Amino acid sequence: MTARIIAAALAASAALLLSATFPGELTAQNLAIAGATVYPVSGPPIEGATVLVRDGLIAAVGTDVPIPADDFAVFNAEGKVVTPGFFDAGTQIGLVEIGLESTTVDSRVEGNPVSAAFDVVDGFNPNSTLIPINRLGGVTTTAALPTGGLIAGQGAVIDLEGETVEAMLVKPRAAMAASFGPGAAAATGGARGAASLRLREVLEDARYWASHREAYDRGEVRPLSISRLDLEALQPVLAGEIPLVVQVDRASDILAVLRIAEEYGVRPVIRRGTEAWMVAEQLAETNVPVIVKPLTSLPDGFDRLGARFDNAALLHEAGVAIAISSFQSHRAHNIGLEAGNAIRFGLPWEAALRAVTLTPAEIYGVADRYGSIETGKVGNLVVWSGDPFELSSRAEEVIIRGVRVPRESRQLELLDRYRTLDGGPPAYRGGEEGGTGGE
Amino acid sequence: MTRRLRPFRASAVAAVAMAFLLGLGLGAAPVGAYMPQDATPDASAASNAGEIADLLHGQRNGAWKSAYRPLASRPTLIRGATIMTAAGEEIEGGDLFMRGGRIVEVGRNLDVPAGTDVIDASGRFVTPGIIDTHSHLGVSPSPSISSTSDTNESTDPNTAEVWAMHSVWPQDPGFTRALAAGVTTLQILPGSANLIGGRGITLKTVPGRTVQQMMFPDAPMALKMACGENPKRVYGRGRQRSPRTRMGNMAGYRAAFIEAERYRRKWDAWIEGGMKEEAADAEDAGDARGSGGPPERDLAKETLAEVLRGNIFVHNHCYRADEMAGMLDLAREFGFRIRSFHHAIEAYKLRDLLARDTVAASMWVDWWGFKLEAYDAVPQNIALVSEAGAPAILHTDSDMGIQVMNQDAARAMYAGRAAGIDVGRDEALRWITANPAWALGLDDRVGTLQPGKNADLVIWSGDPFSVYTRADQVFIDGALIYDRNRSDVQPTTDFELGILPSSGRGGDR
Repeated sequence: MTARIIAAALAASAALLLSATFPGELTAQNLAIAGATVYPVSGPPIEGATVLVRDGLIAAVGTDVPIPADDFAVFNAEGKVVTPGFFDAGTQIGLVEIGLESTTVDSRVEGNPVSAAFDVVDGFNPNSTLIPINRLGGVTTTAALPTGGLIAGQGAVIDLEGETVEAMLVKPRAAMAASFGPGAAAATGGARGAASLRLREVLEDARYWASHREAYDRGEVRPLSISRLDLEALQPVLAGEIPLVVQVDRASDILAVLRIAEEYGVRPVIRRGTEAWMVAEQLAETNVPVIVKPLTSLPDGFDRLGARFDNAALLHEAGVAIAISSFQSHRAHNIGLEAGNAIRFGLPWEAALRAVTLTPAEIYGVADRYGSIETGKVGNLVVWSGDPFELSSRAEEVIIRGVRVPRESRQLELLDRYRTLDGGPPAYRGGEEGGTGGE
Repeated sequence: MTRRLRPFRASAVAAVAMAFLLGLGLGAAPVGAYMPQDATPDASAASNAGEIADLLHGQRNGAWKSAYRPLASRPTLIRGATIMTAAGEEIEGGDLFMRGGRIVEVGRNLDVPAGTDVIDASGRFVTPGIIDTHSHLGVSPSPSISSTSDTNESTDPNTAEVWAMHSVWPQDPGFTRALAAGVTTLQILPGSANLIGGRGITLKTVPGRTVQQMMFPDAPMALKMACGENPKRVYGRGRQRSPRTRMGNMAGYRAAFIEAERYRRKWDAWIEGGMKEEAADAEDAGDARGSGGPPERDLAKETLAEVLRGNIFVHNHCYRADEMAGMLDLAREFGFRIRSFHHAIEAYKLRDLLARDTVAASMWVDWWGFKLEAYDAVPQNIALVSEAGAPAILHTDSDMGIQVMNQDAARAMYAGRAAGIDVGRDEALRWITANPAWALGLDDRVGTLQPGKNADLVIWSGDPFSVYTRADQVFIDGALIYDRNRSDVQPTTDFELGILPSSGRGGDR
């Protein structure tokens, strides 16, 4: 609550410097967005609707919602489109600042194919420049996932607003990230069978450890293949409390993951799933969701020969739950571009919207608070100038936990500084003291 | 292509005339002075001119030339479309008539000869074929594995001797995907590991058994150069040798061009001296005008000498504004022109100099942050460079990006507009058509929908600046080469035959 108040104060002070799209009291945290076409995702679109946000939560949505007389900043959004904030089901935002600069990369543990206990939270950088850039494009929430190896570690669900990681956390340890296929095989001995053997061994050991903890502490158990912290971190996976998010592409590799998951009672989510459409029936039968990257069309590896643009559409037709991800950290805001391209190749528009909002929230077990515009849910909203997937549309207002995101980013400051080359050295323009702000 | 070959015996007059035409002794030829093989008015001199040009260019005896032949075409009228010409106009309810591989007329309610095929394109849009100045298709093909990695000859900081065309695998499925996305012309470049990476080649997205069959006829070749982090990382950090620093980079370019200058003088002197065939004292060969046989060939210097003569266009991977300014000075020192900077993340900081020197920038809309020199990106980069009057280009460097160039141009346009930069639709279209055509030296042939231009064009299902729009049909030299609704007009590479069970084929790749 403290963090939220701080965030609100920060946003309010920033807002004072900025163009006032919202008339009235800019310090108000209670917002009324009036007259827009609202896509709640949980239900059909509502034209001319009002959304009330009070204390960071959605207080009401509908056409017959009266706007309280006081304490609400009212935004006339006639002609605009309102959706839930976009939720990218897998990025390294906050974990990677500059890809090739290793001192800024905190998304992976080198040299160990199994690092289940690795948790991204402590390394998360709330001051990353990626955060403002992405949220201004309409991404309000992401799953920050570790990468690499066979079992990469634990990811967290994060809102892209807040001074500290604690303030930004939606759900720590929300998923175990893993991969299966050539990368995992290379990390475990070369063959896919080596990777599956190692995965089974690890899950086997974790299951064994759960029922032999005291003996383990006394040093009276058989040798186990991973550390105590790794064994412990895998317990929620074995209990089905959090998903095992597996990056995997080849159809047969996906089936292998389903097989192993069933053996151990693990709840898998397929990530990327380039050839997932080829096993859509099995995925639908087992209720396994797929996080897809629609802009995929090339057989650029021998595990991705079945790449095709309509993967998302085919999976959806078969009844598979799909989330769409940007598979980008610096440009996670292109999640809408990905969704638009999924529509271009046959995915229904409503399914694309669900794939960037409610389905990711369901995958990570936060759909009670995130992913749709319903009373009581967290006030993560985007006001779009038009169709959120169309190239001509802009995120005009981005609201995270009921707080308007300031129109500020490093990119906007650079643009501001170099908008003209006249008038002396650019070095004297912009910045905190002399600048004119993002606009 | 049936030009008769003759021995290299030129009259002194012809040689001097050709020396003038080639810009010998004049420093760099003016930009765009590339001389097509058949452009000289004097027929007898033409043959020699062509032969001398080929000799200096490394294409003696007609080797390494295009074997492209257009597919069969029929006189065709595209009727009732929104025609985006990339030449200043967007014609609603417009017609376009093409015949013999060329655009004949663009307008409204065109009268066409009997027997003309008619395509009803009402509600649809027509643009020039899209052109990418920066691709590694064929040299970094799919599947992307070590066996197919043929982009970086990273064995020496200067590998001016390598030609990307010798790495191109025509069976790269990426070519077919680019075609299906409306791309008709693309420049394949060596990678950026080296200061001087080698020659690039311009191809058409036509299926071919050989790279020669894909080569854009008489297109200037490119020289790929690279600034900044990559050569430093590969050699200094990776191999403990020069260049280790940015100053080492610059010393490397300068040393190479000093040698190239000497080489160019030797060869030019030999030609101006009448190209004597007899062997001379090896030590003096070529040094004194007319004193002996041809100087010894050196593939690397041959390429750089052609850069100095203005016959090979420099395409320079360079991110930072300060480094681009350094490269402009390098070009000034040695009297050549840089045709386009590539990636040019900070072009917006230097856009006045780019406009001053008419140097293009080939840019992404929003790639950034993958390394430090890509940290200062702004999505308005293209719009700002364009506004400043420099040739602005959207490029891809990506086998996926090349499939959404119309979308990326639209995003760059809308990003500019959102920041108050007045970008028109025709201007944005030029970023992926007319401007790259200029950068490749092909603006007399492709890049706009104007009479006389090659009939390279795309019929889109709707506005190409919408995410929902698809390329319905693609024509190259007037021939229908891709049709979204006809599987018999969708090329498939050898690589993809039988590689998946039959259930895995077809559909939207």
